Amino acid sequence: MDRRTSLIVREVCRLIIPAVMLFALYVQFHGEYGPGGGFQAGVIFAAAVILYALVHGRQKAQQILPTNTVVRFIVAGILLYAGVGVTTMVMGGNFLDYDVLLHGHQQAQHLGIFLIELGVGITVGAVMIAIFYTLDEFSE
Amino acid sequence: MLGHLPALQVIIPLISAPVCVLITRASWAWLLATIVSIASFVIAVLLVHEVSAHGVLSYHLGGWEPPLGIEYRIDHLSAYVLTIVAATASITMVAARKSIEQEIPSEKINLFFSAYLLCLTGLLGIVVSGDAFNIFVFLEISSLSSYALIAMGRDRRSLTAAYQYLIMGTIGATFILIGVGLLYMLTGTLNIHDLQQKIPAIVDSRTLHAAFAFLTAGISLKIALFPLHLWLPNAYAHAPSMITVFLSATATKVSVYVMLRFFFGLFPPDISLEQFHLGKILLPLSIIAILTASFVAVFQENIKRMLAYSSVAQIGYMTLGIGLGSANGAIAGMVYLFNHAIIKGGLFLAMACVVLRTGSVRLEDFSGLGKRMPWTMAAIVLLGLGLIGIPFTGGFVSKWYVLSAAIEQGHWLAAVVIVGGSLLTILYIWKIIEYAYFKTPVSAKLQNLTTHEAPRQMLLPLWLLVIGNFYFGLDTSFSLGYASTAIQTLFR
Repeated sequence: MDRRTSLIVREVCRLIIPAVMLFALYVQFHGEYGPGGGFQAGVIFAAAVILYALVHGRQKAQQILPTNTVVRFIVAGILLYAGVGVTTMVMGGNFLDYDVLLHGHQQAQHLGIFLIELGVGITVGAVMIAIFYTLDEFSE
Repeated sequence: MLGHLPALQVIIPLISAPVCVLITRASWAWLLATIVSIASFVIAVLLVHEVSAHGVLSYHLGGWEPPLGIEYRIDHLSAYVLTIVAATASITMVAARKSIEQEIPSEKINLFFSAYLLCLTGLLGIVVSGDAFNIFVFLEISSLSSYALIAMGRDRRSLTAAYQYLIMGTIGATFILIGVGLLYMLTGTLNIHDLQQKIPAIVDSRTLHAAFAFLTAGISLKIALFPLHLWLPNAYAHAPSMITVFLSATATKVSVYVMLRFFFGLFPPDISLEQFHLGKILLPLSIIAILTASFVAVFQENIKRMLAYSSVAQIGYMTLGIGLGSANGAIAGMVYLFNHAIIKGGLFLAMACVVLRTGSVRLEDFSGLGKRMPWTMAAIVLLGLGLIGIPFTGGFVSKWYVLSAAIEQGHWLAAVVIVGGSLLTILYIWKIIEYAYFKTPVSAKLQNLTTHEAPRQMLLPLWLLVIGNFYFGLDTSFSLGYASTAIQTLFR
């Protein structure tokens, strides 16, 4: 690798990246109680990957998370979201009517929101990473 | 299951779009896109029947009651436009395979079809949604994917065309969003049906005027109404051939639908016309659009560009009908929309056939094509007759109704312009015919070219549109009958 990154930058990133990812998961799974949700969580998670790519180079990041995998994650997130909607339709409700998923209005709504926000998070994070990869490939 | 039709209309293409990304075989991606388009058409036809039988269909997303929840609302107007969009989408996709395989690099074909499916999702979503903000979201889905589709055109000029459209389209969408935002601020609701009830009480508010102005400018940009049409000729001329077919027959038509829905559905018609003088804005602009765009079309050397300018003129006819401010005018606009989708879709499909065989849409390269591609050229002539408005074609029916609506309102100038526009149309259609049938190729390259007829897979859909052009010139029970019911429910 031709670009030499300083020891400080590398070590600080090593400390920060797990914390950023953990925080992303916190924002993801506490979205229904506090500020946050899938979109923000996805962006934060992508920020961790992008930081890694900035420090170690895109090729290194792509060894861990290849473009094909990222594309699959984009697709998986949308399908999770839409899949919840279709499941509720199959179970007799309207599209995204979570009430049919479980007994009890609160629990059912909770589960529904949880799942679709997860879908949003996966797709948004993957899209952010994909945009970064694409731009970086263009600049070469 | 029938109760879920309004949602399925949007969900099926929406889910297929990501699935299409995963398909690596080009022909399978095409197959999926085709099946989904045809499925949308079947759903649209079922919806037409449902609406005729039971009246307005309302679908509550997530089971939340409107006006708080998001509502999909299908009335006659939506069902009518859904049928047009889904039918042209199906015809385009059936014909698309060879042309796409030639024009799009094979590793991008699955992404191409994925973007197409998203565009279809957006267009269908605009029409089914009964929620002003949702309409904006779907508008963005369809616009963003169409920028990507246009950018995949054959040469690098498609990139600038897509960029131009991106800038103009985004300004238009932003204006629409500002308008919707102001309406939300005033009334606290985004549901179109609910807004319609609440707007008469606040008609003196200056904010409402501002909202109306923003919406008018934004929607006019999306429709490509003169003088906001500058993005359209480039976008149509440089997009992949099949995308020109698809967008010309659907995207501007859906924007016309948005105009009708916002100004005669969201705003009550009398408020739009009498308080906000919609007609005084639309009529002069439409008249100038018809004249200048037809005039410019006559001088184009690139036939796709010529037809694109012709589209700007034809859009003028539709907005002229709407701007007349009578129910009959709006009906005429709708019928125009219907027939123009068939005619212009057909003409651009014929262009796609020519591009597939000769690789050029320049006028001089059409020399002698009448002999070498007889079926394609015959289709162009017959569809051209429709565009001019010769009796027994769909184009005649639509021009006739716009004309009689104009005379009924005493707009003699408009009536003269309608006829004058037709005369200009004769000029540019004649130029194509002259080159195709009466000129021999000058360049040696063209003389030696062994061009043969387009594949049957493209000719059959093309001739289906030609037959449609004549069928709807004789039997207007759906095109006119359904449109009048649609407009009368709005003007009631």
